[in-house]
Amino acid sequence: MTAWALTKRSLFYLAVIAVVVISVFPFYYAIVTSFATGTDLFKVQYWPHSLTLVNYLNVLTTGSFPRNLLNSIIVAASVVLLALLLAVTASYALSRVRFRGRSLLLLTILAVSMFPQVAVLAGLFEVIRFFHLYNTLWALVFSYTIFTLPFTVWVLTTFMRDLPIEIEEAAIVDGAKPWTIITRVFMPLMWPALVTTGLLAFIAAWNEFLFALTFTSSNDTRTVTVAIALLSGATPHEIPWGPIMAASVIVTLPLVVLVLIFQRKIISGLTSGGVKG
Amino acid sequence: MTTEATGGAIPLSHSGTHRRSELQSSRLRSAFIFLIPMIVALLIVAGWPLARTIYYSLTDATLDNLYTGAKFIGFANYFAWVTLPSGRTFFSGILVDPAWWNAVYNTLRFGIASVVLETVFGMLIALMLNKEFVGRGIVRAAILVPWAIPTIVSAKMWGWMLNDQFGMVNDLLLHLGLIHDKIAWTVNPDTVMLSIIIVDVWKTTPFMTLLILAGLQMVPTDIYEAAKIDGVHPWKVFWRVTLPLVRPALMVAVIFRLLDAMRIFDLVYVLTPNTPTTQTMSVLAQQNLFAFNKFGYGSAESTLLFLIIAVMTILYIWLGKVNLSGGAK
Repeated sequence: MTAWALTKRSLFYLAVIAVVVISVFPFYYAIVTSFATGTDLFKVQYWPHSLTLVNYLNVLTTGSFPRNLLNSIIVAASVVLLALLLAVTASYALSRVRFRGRSLLLLTILAVSMFPQVAVLAGLFEVIRFFHLYNTLWALVFSYTIFTLPFTVWVLTTFMRDLPIEIEEAAIVDGAKPWTIITRVFMPLMWPALVTTGLLAFIAAWNEFLFALTFTSSNDTRTVTVAIALLSGATPHEIPWGPIMAASVIVTLPLVVLVLIFQRKIISGLTSGGVKG
Repeated sequence: MTTEATGGAIPLSHSGTHRRSELQSSRLRSAFIFLIPMIVALLIVAGWPLARTIYYSLTDATLDNLYTGAKFIGFANYFAWVTLPSGRTFFSGILVDPAWWNAVYNTLRFGIASVVLETVFGMLIALMLNKEFVGRGIVRAAILVPWAIPTIVSAKMWGWMLNDQFGMVNDLLLHLGLIHDKIAWTVNPDTVMLSIIIVDVWKTTPFMTLLILAGLQMVPTDIYEAAKIDGVHPWKVFWRVTLPLVRPALMVAVIFRLLDAMRIFDLVYVLTPNTPTTQTMSVLAQQNLFAFNKFGYGSAESTLLFLIIAVMTILYIWLGKVNLSGGAK
């Protein structure tokens, strides 16, 4: 190997290491901080010096954080179920049946996913007040449909479109009705797509902030993102970094683990249809 | 996504026998029934609220008179003027509101800077991941971490790292000798926008990388082999072969990111609260709606943001002739 090739190779691996470190370091640093208390917090430490669980005990036993965690789980799980239920049947119609206005409908669905959330904020606020959902978790389940449904429909439509026509024809010849075709023929084939879209919808709902901030107003109905944003100390100038980092790690760790387990599925879900999750 | 692309669909047109057309009409009927719930859901959560936001933008509504009759005031929230008997004319409304134009400027500045940086870094990392090398799987897993972290959490994490007194970034830069005094990254007017851009680029470059990578993997490898045999310089290969071939995928990624950047709310709200230098259109509208009790005025700002994004989307699709589904395929 020539000297130049060696340099090139080292530079390449240097870049590789830089990418990995920059990607992972902030989360690593949050974990290190979450294990520090008192004066340790105010010394910059690149390696964990202390391993105290005080911050974790603090967020999990005082205040409403456990309740917020439960709220986020309830909201995200309900949103996923609702979006998948509505999307599976709709994408069957959109991908397997030809009808007039189908491309217009698909384009409209895509347009909805590009809506700035703030554009519907005022109108949604009115609708939520009208149904007496303000400051309830249902307000969030209801409003999150606006960003989970379009992309779920889009990805599932792309997926179902690529399933071979023969399977469906065989079912039709056997006299199966569309509902049976969906539940008995397509659903078993669609598990990978359902897992991917469900996971992406879950992450989107879990991370949402604007609606959660606007449509809930008490500690008991907030979700984790709002709770973390509003975590404050005894005085306005004293920011409780330790507990904030502990709460952040609790909220993020399950997501990171899920994403790493399902990375291939997530990557294919993100790139299929080119719609952001 | 175009109609032609629907490979698996059973066509309705060539229905030869009576049995066939009956089957088709029954399929059409059930398709219709299947679509109704989704359409109704989208109308309730998107169509109707949007219409109401636009309606409220033409009223003087506040949170207190939302149901007890907000007065219709035409376009006064957008633009209005009064001429006094003395002949002096006063203008009012969003179009002459410095706070609004400041927010427009901030949003554009943020959007352009972050999308350009994300595209460049995304392309570089995608090119890296498109090579075979030891540890590629680790890199691909690592870049998913920023993407998986909730925006609020990344805002807090970076807020802590960029803290002026105890932050790790200042500490590192001081030790490396790159700065002499600690910088108040998220407070100093010169660096607040930079902080927002840094965090956003860190968080969303992975998305860009994955979309570009999907495009790169569609490029047949024999093209590269041919170029290598012909001794074409890699730089030239990139500009002449790779870039034109991934352009559709790149364009889709850029438009999605740009539209997303135009509506940024959470990062700004949490990392630099109440800072005029970073206040974006979404933040300003949300504050007018719910914090300053100017529901009509805030609705008008939301409507303008919606129009800006709608025009951008239409222009982009029209000018770029982007196939919105096909880019990554």
